[in-house]
Amino acid sequence: MPPFPEAAAHALRDSQQRHNLHKATRTIRAKRDALVAERDDWEQLRLSAEAIKNRTLAHLDEYLLQFEEAATAAGATVHWAPEAESANRIVAGLAIDAGADEVVKAKSMTTEEIGLDRALAAAGVDAFETDLAALIVQLAGDVPSHIVVPAIHRNRAEIRQIFEQNMGAFGRPAPDGMTDDPASLAAAARAHLREKFLRSDVAVTGANFAVAETGTLMLVESEGNGRMCVTMPKTLISVVGIEKIIPTWRDTEVFLQLLARSATGERMNPYTSTWTGVHRAGSGSGASVIDGPEQVHIVLLDEGRTDVLADPAGRSALRCIRCAACLNVCPVYSRTGGHAYGSVYPGPIGAVLTPQLRGLRSEQDRNLPYASSLCGACFDACPVRIPIPHLLTHLRAEVVDDEPAFPPSPERVAMKAASAMFGRPAAMGLGERLAGLAHKVIRGGPDATVPSVPGLAGWFGSRDVAVPPAESFSNWWSRTDGGTRESGDGR
Amino acid sequence: MNADGQALDGRALDGRAVILGRIRRALGPDRDAPPVPRDYAPASLEVGTPELIALFAERMEGAHATVRRVHDAEVAAAVADIAGRRGLRRIITPPGLDRRWRPEAGAEWLADDPPLTTGQVEGADAVLTAATVAAADSGTLVLDGGPGQGRRVLSLLPDAMIVVLRAGQVVADFPAAVARMDPARPLTVVSGPSATVDIELSRVDGVHGPRELDVVIIEDAAAEPPLAGGRG
Repeated sequence: MPPFPEAAAHALRDSQQRHNLHKATRTIRAKRDALVAERDDWEQLRLSAEAIKNRTLAHLDEYLLQFEEAATAAGATVHWAPEAESANRIVAGLAIDAGADEVVKAKSMTTEEIGLDRALAAAGVDAFETDLAALIVQLAGDVPSHIVVPAIHRNRAEIRQIFEQNMGAFGRPAPDGMTDDPASLAAAARAHLREKFLRSDVAVTGANFAVAETGTLMLVESEGNGRMCVTMPKTLISVVGIEKIIPTWRDTEVFLQLLARSATGERMNPYTSTWTGVHRAGSGSGASVIDGPEQVHIVLLDEGRTDVLADPAGRSALRCIRCAACLNVCPVYSRTGGHAYGSVYPGPIGAVLTPQLRGLRSEQDRNLPYASSLCGACFDACPVRIPIPHLLTHLRAEVVDDEPAFPPSPERVAMKAASAMFGRPAAMGLGERLAGLAHKVIRGGPDATVPSVPGLAGWFGSRDVAVPPAESFSNWWSRTDGGTRESGDGR
Repeated sequence: MNADGQALDGRALDGRAVILGRIRRALGPDRDAPPVPRDYAPASLEVGTPELIALFAERMEGAHATVRRVHDAEVAAAVADIAGRRGLRRIITPPGLDRRWRPEAGAEWLADDPPLTTGQVEGADAVLTAATVAAADSGTLVLDGGPGQGRRVLSLLPDAMIVVLRAGQVVADFPAAVARMDPARPLTVVSGPSATVDIELSRVDGVHGPRELDVVIIEDAAAEPPLAGGRG
């Protein structure tokens, strides 16, 4: 994947995608704004969510241990995966132990991040995405371009074509009468996936929240494919980033009031499922039966999150609850789409989270903090108040500080000289006299600009710099005693 | 990949020790975190008033469900009417469901006791279920597998879902509902029928869960059934 500036230029040439993105982000923004305006206590909810997440992060080790203890007591098995590789190995091993050669998956950005589908395929296990958008992306051999609606870059005609061409290769083919009406396309997906839900022994999900106090996992969704995954199979495996912890059951009231409004512009998403270990159904007259999976596994994933945690400023990005509100309001994202960011986490949050998770090493990651106009809309939309613009400049500074000092770039030399000059009055005075000299050399009318300076053609190419005045302000001040002797001693 | 993953003699450390070690190094000893403010609207104590029932109905209908308000003796008639209008013939009843809610004629009743097979559940047209609590302002109802609600699969595979709520189960807002949920139980929080906005953000009802959600509210009933005990 090329760095953002190149990838964005490419994406901007795709007029169909630009049209799809414009329509979709405008729709979702309007819905979100209307429902947020309905809550008088929106700011108080945001402040509470921010504080809960900060508290969680400050005691993350303790909350993780508390979660493990509660979940284990309820019959779940907790695994710890320091890297993507270990998480993938654990999940593949559990699927194979369960005798499965296929698994159904509920949409999970975390499993996208670690490339779980590929790792399972390498282990001989087929992974079937069951969220409608994730199915579209998988059938197209594509990658997600949005955190909440991964196929936001596709329109109905494209989706119909993808279903017609590729559904048959993975199971039940698209029905003959399928049109590009969204209801017809959703019905085709329902029929295609129903047979998979009914026969699969293993499901893999993520989780939106993991409650330390109770050992509960929570899955927020709309379609019911998540409910299928936590209900139908015998074995349930959930890959959960360590930052998904929240301390108490009561905390869910804060996040569930924020999440759907921010993500899809609904008061509440159609379905939220919770599971705390293995559940026994209240029995009728017969013996007690298991309600849902008999085996519940939870894989706690680090994969760079502790590196983010180590930076007290950068840490705030771990508060993210993946609502994607920042994507929908971003003037950059809503034109380029998600692919240009080269990460499963695109948009403003991706521009600050991805380089921190991966470590600012590649050309691509070093470019991401610049994929923004710093307009600040992302902070205003963020339900957990992540100061994304501040993080972007913080990361830009890291990128610059990290650049080799040699060979020095002309811009860096100029900035260094300016810094030295502003720091010493004598040098400043000398500089001002030199600027006056430059005025005599360049001349021109009152609005004249400096045409260019040898060695800095690029810099001057996109900037209009006024010709320096004949006399500096400080010189004028001392000559006229602050303007009291305007005529002064004559010029 | 990371040197942290290896002990000095090259053996892989267990993942828990690795992650906890990294967290402790990242955070250091200074763990100050300001207290959590909870200045948002507190959970309302109001329950089951006509205003709340009306708000719940408005919000649920806004999410494409239908809501009827009936008296205690009219539940079976309302269920029969829903079944008739929607053409629901085979309807599942979870263990512990109030028998008076089930009309005598018009449908074949499949009791999940002993448990039905997945094929039987899949072959049913609908489930008739109780619920645990409902939140008016978010248009939300909650199932927890207790009496009259049964296993999760019962309200998942059939195409239609008929939920009977007692007025005393309708609370004002989501925080009040959370306070009445028991996380030790398998909770399913429902705000309208299954839906997707994945294609051009245009809403389509009924992807995997029930396409049709009908709610019947008993206006003159407290939270708990008259004879059965509390939640199991």
